[in-house]
Formats: sequence, C-alpha cells, structure tokens
Amino acid sequence: MRVYNQSRSRVIQIIFVAVFLLIIGQLMNLQLFSNKYRDLAIDNAVYKKIIYPSRGIIFDRKGKAILDNVAMFDLTVTPFQVKSLDTTTLCNILKIDTAEFHKRMITSLLKNGKYRPSVFEGLVSPQVQAQLEENMYRFPGFDLSERPIRSYPFKAAAHMLGYVGEVDSAIIKQSNYFYQMGDYAGRSGLEKTYEPVLMGQRGIKYLIKDNKNRIQGSYENGIFDTSAVAGRNLYTSIDVEVQELAEKLLTNKFGSAVAINPKTGGVIAMASAPGYDPNLLTGAERRKNFSRMFLDTAKPMYNRAIKGQYPPGSTYKPLGGLIALDEGLITPQTGYPCGGAYFSCGRPVKCTHAGGGHARDLRVALANSCNSYFTHLFRISLDNPAFPNTQAGYLKWKEYNNAFGLGVRVGIDLPSEDKGSIPDSSRYNKDFGGFARWNSCNVLTLGIGQDRMTATPIQMANAMCIIANKGKYYLPHIVDSIQNETVEDTVFMGKYRKLHKPLHIPDTMFNYIIDGMHDVTVYGTSYFIKVPGQEYCAKTGTAQNPHGKNHSWFVAFAPKDDPKIAVAVVVENSGYGATWAGPIAGFMMEKYLNDTIAAEHLADVERISKADLIPSAIKHWYYVKDSLKQAKQREIDENTPEVTTKTDTKVTFDPEAEPNKKQEGDTTKNNKQPMLKPEEIRLKKD
Amino acid sequence: MTRNHNTISKGIDWSIIWCYIALVTIGILMIFANEYREGQSWLEPILSQKTDYSKQILWAGICAVLATFILLTDSKFFTATANLLYVFGLLLCITALLIGTEVKGSKSWLVLGGFRLQPSELTKVFTTLALAKFISRQETDFTRTKSHIIAAAIAITPAIITVLQNETGLALVYFTFFLVMYREGLPPFILIVGASVGVLLILSLIYPPKTLFIAFTIVAVLLIFLMRRLFRKPRMVLPIILLCWGFAIGVSVFAVPYVMDHVMKPYQVDRIYSMVGRPYIPKDPVKKAELEAERAKKKGGGNQNASEYNVIQSKIAIGSGGVIGKGLLKGTQTRYDFVPEQRTDFIFCTIGEGFGFLGCFIFLGIYAFLLFRIIFIAERQRSTFSRVYAYGVACIIFFHILINVCMTIGLAPVIGIPLPMISYGGSSLITFTMLIFILVRLDADRQMVLR
Repeated sequence: MRVYNQSRSRVIQIIFVAVFLLIIGQLMNLQLFSNKYRDLAIDNAVYKKIIYPSRGIIFDRKGKAILDNVAMFDLTVTPFQVKSLDTTTLCNILKIDTAEFHKRMITSLLKNGKYRPSVFEGLVSPQVQAQLEENMYRFPGFDLSERPIRSYPFKAAAHMLGYVGEVDSAIIKQSNYFYQMGDYAGRSGLEKTYEPVLMGQRGIKYLIKDNKNRIQGSYENGIFDTSAVAGRNLYTSIDVEVQELAEKLLTNKFGSAVAINPKTGGVIAMASAPGYDPNLLTGAERRKNFSRMFLDTAKPMYNRAIKGQYPPGSTYKPLGGLIALDEGLITPQTGYPCGGAYFSCGRPVKCTHAGGGHARDLRVALANSCNSYFTHLFRISLDNPAFPNTQAGYLKWKEYNNAFGLGVRVGIDLPSEDKGSIPDSSRYNKDFGGFARWNSCNVLTLGIGQDRMTATPIQMANAMCIIANKGKYYLPHIVDSIQNETVEDTVFMGKYRKLHKPLHIPDTMFNYIIDGMHDVTVYGTSYFIKVPGQEYCAKTGTAQNPHGKNHSWFVAFAPKDDPKIAVAVVVENSGYGATWAGPIAGFMMEKYLNDTIAAEHLADVERISKADLIPSAIKHWYYVKDSLKQAKQREIDENTPEVTTKTDTKVTFDPEAEPNKKQEGDTTKNNKQPMLKPEEIRLKKD
Repeated sequence: MTRNHNTISKGIDWSIIWCYIALVTIGILMIFANEYREGQSWLEPILSQKTDYSKQILWAGICAVLATFILLTDSKFFTATANLLYVFGLLLCITALLIGTEVKGSKSWLVLGGFRLQPSELTKVFTTLALAKFISRQETDFTRTKSHIIAAAIAITPAIITVLQNETGLALVYFTFFLVMYREGLPPFILIVGASVGVLLILSLIYPPKTLFIAFTIVAVLLIFLMRRLFRKPRMVLPIILLCWGFAIGVSVFAVPYVMDHVMKPYQVDRIYSMVGRPYIPKDPVKKAELEAERAKKKGGGNQNASEYNVIQSKIAIGSGGVIGKGLLKGTQTRYDFVPEQRTDFIFCTIGEGFGFLGCFIFLGIYAFLLFRIIFIAERQRSTFSRVYAYGVACIIFFHILINVCMTIGLAPVIGIPLPMISYGGSSLITFTMLIFILVRLDADRQMVLR
C-alpha cells in the first residue's frame, strides 16, 4: 500500500473542480450575461411569413367591377425533390427547349437553394395551367402555386385606376420600413391614392424553419400570428361605358376627355390619349411593358386629363364674361363693334367673324365666340377704375380665375395633378423687366385663353360644373364611397362631400352666360352637334399653341336646365374645336344621358374613332426608332453602345403636354421653342 | 456463479449505479427531444427501431444485461484477463484499421451483422485494466523511470493506432492516463510540462502572437518581481523563469506562425484554425487563391468553414437557453438541425437550450458527484489494481466531459468525442457501462487484495 501519494488525490480533485468551475463560468457568460444568443436563435429558426390580403375591388357607378383580382398560377420548383422528371413533356407544355430548362433550374438553385421553392415560370396562361395540372404527377418537385393579380376586365380607365408595382427603396423609407423589398404597392392612380384602403391589413404568420430553410410548422402553435384582413372596395362615380366610349373616340389622337357629374363632383369618365391597356402592367410581362411605355415618346402612361396643360383658348370666354359681369363693368346688353379684329393695341387680334353685329351683346358674342369682344372685356377688367393700377386689376382678375379653379389644383383624388397656369403679376413684371412696366395691352390674349394661361382638362370640366351649378361645386373626385366607411376615412372622403361656393356671383349673371352657351349649340359655333332629346350648353375652343396646328377644345354641360354632366375635351393639334373635340363631347353626353348612342350617330362615332390625328413628329419618332432597331439588328456584332436609348430618354420630354416645363428658367416673353425631331436632338448633342 | 441475490448486492455502491441510470435516462430523453416531431407516435418507432432514441433504448437494454453479467463475474477474472483483453483490443483496432468500414473519414468501425462497433472505444476499458494490472504487479516499482516508460507505452500504443484510424479525439483520451500515473507516483513536472505545452499550443492558435508576447512578458516580469527573494537560495529560479519565457515566446511567436505559414498546406491550416473557431485568411495571395479553390470544391462553401459554423450555432443554442431554458421539445436550435451532430458530439446543446443554466448546473452536478464518488471509492480500495482502475475510470470520464462540454461552449477545439452515457451511440455506451460496472464489481470486493 502506497499512502505517500495521498496528497496527489487532492491535486486531481482540485483539477476536476477547476475544470467544472471553468465550464460553469462560461455557461454563466453564455446563458446569463449575454442576451444576443436568444435573438440569434430566433433569427435562425423563426420565419416571419407575411400573409398578403386580397386588395380591394374598384366598382363603377353601376356596380361593375372595373379593377378586380384574379387568381393566376406560378409554376414553382423545389430542386431537391426533382427526381425522374419527364423533362420532354414539361418542355413541350411550356414551349421551351432543354437548354432553357437547365438554365432555369440553375437559376432556381442559385436563387433560393435546393430546399426552397422558386418560381420556374411565372403566371402561366390558363391553357398551360390546365395542361400542367393534367400531367402534374410526371413532374415531381414541381408545383402550381396560386398568386392573385390585379385585373382590369374592361381594359379601360388605365390612368385613373393606376397600377401596383414593387416598392422601391424610397417608398420603403417613406413608409418607415412598413413595406419590405419585394412588396407590391399602388404606384399611380387610385391604386396609389387609396393604397391604405385597398391594401387591407397584412397578417403575419410565425413559422419554424430548419437549417435548410424548410418550414417545420408554426411557432408556439401560432399564438403570435395575426390574420390578414382583406382590402376594402371602392365605389366610384365612373361610368365604364362612357369611359370606354371616350377612349374609343380618342384612339389615334393626342388629347383628353373628362366628364364630371356637377351634382356630386364625381368623375364619370376621364380618358387620356394615347392610353394603354392596364392589363399590360399586371402579370408576367409587366416589367417589359413598363419600360417600353416609359420610354415611349408619346407617353402613354401620362395622364393628360390632370397633367396636360393646354391654353384653354375660347373655352375660357364664359369665365371672362362672368368676371366682367360680376365686376359690374358690363351689362348683358353691352356690345362691341368688332370689325374682324381687335385693333386697340396695335397688333390686331383676329376674329373669325366680321361685322354683322356678331358681338352686339354678351350672349351673341359668346355664341359667335368673338375674340375682340372678350379681349375688350379682359382689358376693361384689368383697367378697372376701381383699382389704382393695371396690376391691381390683374390680381383681382387672377383671384376670380383661381376661384374658378384655374391655376390651382382642383384636388382630385389622383396623385401628381398639375395646376396649369394663371401667371402671377410678378411673372409679367419679370417678363417686361420691372414692376408695372406692362399694361393690359401687353397681355391682352389672356382674355381669350392664350398667352401664358394654361389649364388642364379636369380644370375646364370643373369650371363647367361651376357654371352649370351657378357658382357652387364639389371638388372633382373619382371615389364616391369606401366599403365599411369609418370616421378615419374622412381623410379621404371628407373634402369631397363639402359644397364649395367660392364666388358670390348672383344666379342671374350665370343665367346670362348659360344662355349664351346654349346659343352656341343652337346657332353658334357648335350648332351642328346635337345631343338627341337634350338641350345642352357648350363652348368651343381653338387654341393656338407653339407646337403646330391648333388644339381642338370643347367644354359643355347638359341638360341645360338640370345639368347632370359636364364635359371638357381637348384634342391636340387637330384644328377647330367643333370639328374633333365637339363631337367627342357630344357623344359622351349622349351616351351618359340617353344610355345609348342614336343610330344615326354610330357612323360618326366610327369615323372619329378611326381618324388618325397623331402629330407627324411623333410618327417620325416611331419611324426613326424602328429603323434604328433594324440597323442595330444588322450591326449586331458591332459592340457599340446603344445610341437609341440615349435619345429615348431625351425625347420622353413631351413638349405638348408640358408647355410650361421650362417656364421658371427663361426670361423671354415667348416660351416658344421650335419642336425638335429626335434625330435633330441627337445631332445637337453630338 | 451460483451466488444468491444477497451476495451479489453485497458491497455494491448504489449511488454510482443511480448516477449511471440517471445519466443514461437523460441521454435517451435528450436524443428523443431533438428527434421527435409533434404529431408523431412516440411508441411505434421504439418497436420498429427506426429512430435513434429507440436504438439508444435498445442499447441501454443491452447494457443492462451486460452490467448484470459484469456484476456476476468474479473480480479475479478482470485481473487475470487484463493483459489478454488488452492484446485482444489492440488486435481488434488493427483489424478495424485494415479491413474496417470508413465512417465520416475514420477507419475505426467493424461491422458485424447489423451492428457497428468501434473497437477503439472498447480498448479504453482494456487499457485501463492493463495499466492497473501493470502498476499493481508486485515486481513493479513505480518510482523508477523504466516503469514510467512501460506504463506510458501501455497507454500510448492504442492512442497511436487510434490516430492512424483518424480518430484524433479518441486518441487524446489516452493521455488522461498520465493523470492516473501521476497519482501513482509519476513526477509532477511531466504532467506540468505536458499540460503547459498543450495549453501553450492552443493559446498560440487562438490568440495572435503579439498579444501572447505581451502577455507572457507581463507574467514573466511579475514572477521575477514576486520571487526575487528566492533568487539567492536555489539559484535556479531566475534561469528557469527566463527559460520558460523564452520557450513560450519561441513556440507561440515564432514556431507556430512559421509552421502555419511555411510548412503546412493552407487547407491544413484552415482545418486547424476551424477547430478553434477562428477564420483563416492567408497573407500570401497565392495561398489565398489556393485555399479559396479548395473551399470552392466543397459543397456549400462560403467563407465560413464548417467547424466555425458548428461552434457558433452551438453557442447560440446554449446561450439562448437562458436561466431556465426553453423546455423539453421547445429548443429551436437543436430541434431544427442548426446544431450539427446534435445527438452525438453536440448533445450538450440540447440540455443547454432546453433547460438553461439551471439544467446545465444540475446536470454537471450529477457528473461531478459521480467523479468525486469514484475518487472516494478509489481511495478506499485496499488493492492497488482497483485503485488504479478507479482513477482510470474517473480520468476517462473527466476527460470526455472536459473536451466535449468545452467544445460546445467554445472553450476547446472541435474534437469529436462523446459525452459519457449521454451521446447517442452503442459503442460509447457499452464502453462506459463496462468501465463503471467493472469498477462497481471491484469495489464490492474491496476487502480483497487483487493483483
């Protein structure tokens, strides 16, 4: 027995104790003193799946769904489950070759790895889906997964309804990181304005995943889960049939047509041409179509109804008349001896009529659209002796116009509306090189809706509502009500339910103007445009502009005694107001009021919708683009950078739609640049 | 063997058996915890033997039978056959090395029928017996260096074979016999030097040379300052301190980095660094490219090497357990395969995640109790054979706990070594059963003098 080593037993025990203490110490460090591991474990294993509710549906005034959801199917693949696959059949159904098949498989592997499904073919067509479903047993690892997408059953009202798109980093930041990369949100139109309503409330499902990202079940039996609440529907004042008619009539034209119900301010139709089929911006081809349209110089996605700023021309005259009447400068009986032009300011302002008493009083002058008469009214408004100087008179005149909704945004429920232009006096001070260095003569064409005055079609339609309602109006809006409206929705709907009465012009004065506008349709400039069974009031406009032929304008409301619809139509560079814009407005009113188009008008509808009034410069641009494409095809091996794309972006600035775009910068009175053809721009650049 | 029940149970230390039963039960529960999925039947797999926990239950059953047999065996049997068994074990190991089946890169498995057996596990038992036998021989004078060398040879030979089998972890276990030998009279400086070199190597892998240089210098200066009064009497103290300092600096600042950078291939260095959970980016661009090519070859490469990932996930699992843990069947890390090898080498994570600090504390308490009980038993033996054997058992269990638990909590390199009685695996469970029950049997005969 060796007992001398007894103390060594102690040493060994001390070593044991030391090691256990070391382990306990590290455990305390890991489990008691650091919190990061719990979060890391949750990050590892808990997958937050966001459940997207279906978006709200948008209905027209008769309850037809004009923006709906349809279920489409994605073909997805989970690579690790793919075994003994019938590749030939699959390729035949999808109409791809084996090389493409392998390419897509590799893409899926790289994107989501082996264990998670990735989209193999997005949004398959219904026929392909049926074929796939029949043969699904042959494709282990492949799956059809449902995806709801937006659908526009009438293919109409693209600009009003807008579209949804993937959010970008700016939106994510703005939403305070509510949206995440890959989310869809309304990017334009009603989809954008009413995004919070349409979107509904997202649900979150907490799922457990394993180390290969395979879902293993719900986390803690789903006690943290929240369910999704579907988006609410919108009920609009749109009449989809009138809308379709307006779009049809504007085919192959540049311009816009807006119809408003004056009794509510609800927009009945709002068309902008050139337009596009809104279904192009849903589904698989979205990205491609978007970039094509975005680069198109004709700007099909541009909503000219709220962004197109045109000189209103003669359609402004009823408002000029009202201002002069209200300021007490004229009576309805005041006449002007027009001899074919307005000579008082040197350079004559021409008039289409000469003599014959065509401007013997307000009503007749309006019916004949006498330029001299309304130029005169404008001048006396500015030189009103009640004010110390012309500038003060001008500011009063501007105030009237702003009250009529010109030069200010009308506040429609669509994003990025433009406000047109009723220039401030300071603008003219700048133009003429100093305060009060100009007089009413210098700006006299403002009185006939020219010079620096511009208005959008929605503004002119709104102005018609004001006249039709004798001074009262509701802000134009598209959405009448929201499903299950709550107090919080006042943010959206409140302002559209308030009756505005900005001016205190007596009804009698409105009646003079309404009578005059009625005379326009009886013996005046649009006597040949009839709305069967309805008396209507209108004003034509033929607006000069720096880009080519005159813009054809037409504003109207009907019926005369109980107005139910107010319309403003503009057709760019097409000529007289009564030639193109007039009939379009007439048919829209007819369709809305009579619910049908009279048989004798049908031929005319076809004639107008087939007429091609696209400016030659635009056509030339398409031509150049096509030939460049062909040339590029020929020199495909040449590695020169694309020339076309550069010019594309330049040309997308559409001078017709944005005549005032460069207004802030230039100092000359005339903001009139010659229109450049695309190749000229390129030459200049080079 | 015709003793009646009373004689069998006479002198048996029940506390060790209860510890053993508790640990095996915990082990089965833990394997169940990370294998069972909600909604499955838990009984059916046990009967059909399809799952790991059911297999472990079967192994436990086999071990119970084995334990009974061991308890029925005469203690003299073990002393008599110790050397024979040792040779038999070595032969088995060599057989496995030559004709064995390769599992995860190590050629240490023998397949017999449906069973897979790892002889290097069993050899631990035989080596312990052989070492006890050698030291307890009357001719052996364990104060002589010759005896030390023979004892070391007995311990190291199976280790060498195991290294050849590519089971480094198991081989390291055999070094724990030096602790046993220390108890029996091995001069302490061998242990100290051995342990110091080991620690030094690990430190130089974990920390950058600059840090170590500063640390060693500070320690040396402190020592010189504190021991300055001793310099005159045994004049050797100062030179020894300086020598140690020089050696430490030489190894960790010059030798290790030199070997890493110039002698070893990048992928080898990568593997070593990955064991200590450290990323490896070679300075030499040529080597860097070489290493990247090497990594790219492996599937799912990425910049993180496998062991680094294992250690991080294991620490997350244990750390996320917190004070009281997430509860049985609630651990997300261990149940959804984030922690690798979670039924074998990393099973401690399941305890750490499911039962938190308290659970770990109690669990380690059982181990500590077992170890101290074994040492207590060792010291009450009359025969050297039993005492050496008991120390051998304690040290083997201790070393397994040390390496395994420290690995899961990031204190030791990733070395595949099972947690005694807990980890899934028949060979390992049988080995520890034999170790413990032979001890219990020997202890029951503690009044006898065995040689």
